[in-house]
Amino acid sequence: MSSNPDLNKKDYAVFMENITKQFPKVLANDNVDLKVKKGEIHALIGENGAGKSTLMNQLYGLYKPTSGEIYISGEKVEIDGPKDAIKKGIGMVHQHFMLVDNLTVTENVILGSEETKGGMLNIKKARKEVKELSERYGLKVDVDANIEDIPVGMQQRVEIIKTLYRGADILILDEPTAVLTPQEIDEIFEIMDKLRQDGKTIIFISHKLHEVMKISDNVTVMRLGKVTGNVSIKETNEKQLANMMVGREVVLRVDKKEKEPGDVFVKVDNLKVRDNRNLEAVRGISFEVKKGEILGVAGVAGNGQTELVEALTGLRKIESGKYYYNGKDVSHFNVRELRELHVTHIPEDRFKYAMIQEYPNYYNMIMGRHFKEPFAYRGFLNHDKIYENSEKLVKNFDVRPADISQNTGTLSGGNQQKVVIAREVSANPQFIAIAQPTRGLDVGAIEYVHNEILNLRDEDVAVLLVSMELEEVLSLSDRIIVMYEGEIMGEVKPDEVTVEEMGLMMAGKKLKDIKMASEIESHGGDK
Amino acid sequence: MATNTKNNKWMPFLVPVLAVLFSLVIAAIIILLIGENPISAYIEMLKGAIGSQLSWADNITKMTSLLLTGLAVGFGFRAGVFNIGAEGQMAVGGIMAVFVGINMGNVPAVIAIPLTMTAGIIGGALWASIAGFLKAKTGAHEVISTIMLNWVAYHLSNYLVAGPLAVGQGVPKSPEISESAQLPPLITVQASTVPSGIIVAIVAAIIVYIILQKTTIGYELKAVGYNPYAAEYGGISISKNIVLTMAISGGLAGLAGAVEVMGVYHRIFGAFTGDRGFDGITIALIGQNNPIGIIFSAFLISSLRAGSNSMQSIGIPDDIVTIIQGIIILFVAADRIIKTLIVKVQKKNKPSLEGGEDK
Repeated sequence: MSSNPDLNKKDYAVFMENITKQFPKVLANDNVDLKVKKGEIHALIGENGAGKSTLMNQLYGLYKPTSGEIYISGEKVEIDGPKDAIKKGIGMVHQHFMLVDNLTVTENVILGSEETKGGMLNIKKARKEVKELSERYGLKVDVDANIEDIPVGMQQRVEIIKTLYRGADILILDEPTAVLTPQEIDEIFEIMDKLRQDGKTIIFISHKLHEVMKISDNVTVMRLGKVTGNVSIKETNEKQLANMMVGREVVLRVDKKEKEPGDVFVKVDNLKVRDNRNLEAVRGISFEVKKGEILGVAGVAGNGQTELVEALTGLRKIESGKYYYNGKDVSHFNVRELRELHVTHIPEDRFKYAMIQEYPNYYNMIMGRHFKEPFAYRGFLNHDKIYENSEKLVKNFDVRPADISQNTGTLSGGNQQKVVIAREVSANPQFIAIAQPTRGLDVGAIEYVHNEILNLRDEDVAVLLVSMELEEVLSLSDRIIVMYEGEIMGEVKPDEVTVEEMGLMMAGKKLKDIKMASEIESHGGDK
Repeated sequence: MATNTKNNKWMPFLVPVLAVLFSLVIAAIIILLIGENPISAYIEMLKGAIGSQLSWADNITKMTSLLLTGLAVGFGFRAGVFNIGAEGQMAVGGIMAVFVGINMGNVPAVIAIPLTMTAGIIGGALWASIAGFLKAKTGAHEVISTIMLNWVAYHLSNYLVAGPLAVGQGVPKSPEISESAQLPPLITVQASTVPSGIIVAIVAAIIVYIILQKTTIGYELKAVGYNPYAAEYGGISISKNIVLTMAISGGLAGLAGAVEVMGVYHRIFGAFTGDRGFDGITIALIGQNNPIGIIFSAFLISSLRAGSNSMQSIGIPDDIVTIIQGIIILFVAADRIIKTLIVKVQKKNKPSLEGGEDK
């Protein structure tokens, strides 16, 4: 390969060499190589934050690499923004669609590259072309329908047509299956196959291993900004991929005391919850959380964890099943009723849910208890007590700057999270649902948050910890359940599970099937 | 941004003040272009607004209802609700005040006045609650529903003064309310009086200030206005607060109608609200939705109105006032223009301190 690199590069539709991307605080890509052959489906996999999107955004011209070179069909290029990328035959379908709701499919496809005849839009010709494209690749879109009237799966196919209409030969699909139903996933795979047969090159970003195994030819694995593997699908298996994806070793960084958990405090029985699109996101799961125990919920983002936490904290309606709190059925309690019972919540989306950015710290620190004594009496706020509470929390939780009247929105991410934790912990929780508590925080803040979570456990609080960071779940939890597509794949103890097993469960294999497979394998070795 | 926190505190006051100054300068250029002297025009305007006891009386009378409609709209804004229906709520408030006021013949003023006033408040509150309820239950946007309710209220009041309530000849009008239900004059200047409604309006502003700053209701509805998701997460009911906000907002507009009936006209006639509900939007914007700020902005607008009459006497069309008002709104609504200017001025003064602070 190294003997004649120029000839070799010609065989690759995309050849990215030694790509490094340094952001002010993060090294997002560290000497990354990505080689995608012409006419293949090349999977790019890795956990959240592994650097996949950063790499693709450089290929699509959204970022410029700090160092490294990009070759398209053997030709060295500098990609100057998405328009330039499109000119060079690269198209990208983002996770969040860029469509105008009240325009038709055809209008959306031609938007930005409209063909005109004497100043007039030639919509007839465009409509015909869009229709031809749709039929050629089996995309099955209604060219005259308004975007707002068609399902998500079809909207995605419109995005694909958009890139094809602009002449893309290389398609980047950023987690295309994340928003789709199982049936729609089958359809998109058929389409991807047709595109491959037609000579198009596809880069398929994903973290669902079985999908990768099913559709791709080659796969590049990333972890913490580096490439950890580059293999042909024929020569690998899910287990190996999982291993490369999550790393071999999990470093335990926390100092966790031995502790016997108390009685069962929260019990969930056959819980079903629907998401915003009215699809079943949590599909009949059951588990228990004991006093003084951290139950970790592991899984790739978007497998029902968000909806589960929202249901347990009263933000989302429980479709069916039971939710018991200290023996009491609280399935239909709202947020305030649950908060009154000392259920608190550190939400995954800090900006959207956890705080009012325009409110000063002292107001944010009473949210949820703002109507009760000592903070309010007969409908009037008691500002003296509110300031007092906030002064105390700012000091105890080391919020910086230690200014109670600064608006929370102006604090750094770590300090905003401290404000949230201070509030939720000072409400004396008996059950606390914690989701993604360290997302976007730096190392020091992460350690702080982890210690707070362990303190809660030591104070006999029942803790539900949802995290996409496998290390976090493994090092903090007493027990772990792994969620995949709204179901529990298995329940394990952190010191009795291997990383491969976790990876496989996160990719949709049930624990008992994994155990059975490994048993067969070990017996098979005797032959 | 972080180093600007000190300046940010003054920004809410600075923006409207500069907006007013800029618009006066631009209007001066327009006056020059039509061949008149802007200085004498503005002197004349000042005379008309605050130049004599008579002009003060006129000004304060005009200000009363504007202050109340400004409070109504501003209160809604604070909770993230765009109440465009102050016009209709004011009309319904006036109608209710008339219905009660004309029946107060034998009732002493101490009872008749609060009763009539309360009727106006309830009328406006209920009228606005329709839109609040529709928004909370069905998601119908309050801008659309309040605009439509404005028309219903407009035709309702026209129908009442031409039909069931009609008295006398000429302009369709309702009968006068009983004397005991009329607001006593605060001061009498020659033939004009300043009705005591201004006291009611200022007390209302103070109460609104207290609700917003000192009560759990204020805490909750500001939270809903800033970030409904976070409010819901904190156990605050969004739909309850939307209905409540609409009711309070509408109650204030209804009070504007009642005070106008009880203090100025003592009756209603067709379209007696005279677009003051819509002026409330302007006033709330200039006052930055702050009850105390709204007192000043209501006074500003009533001064412009009062001054426009005397400006006309020296041959300057009163449209100039509409232009001034329009430009003020433009600057207040597009406050980035002024904020950018302020930041630029600050940079010039101390270039070393703020390097890459603003994006």
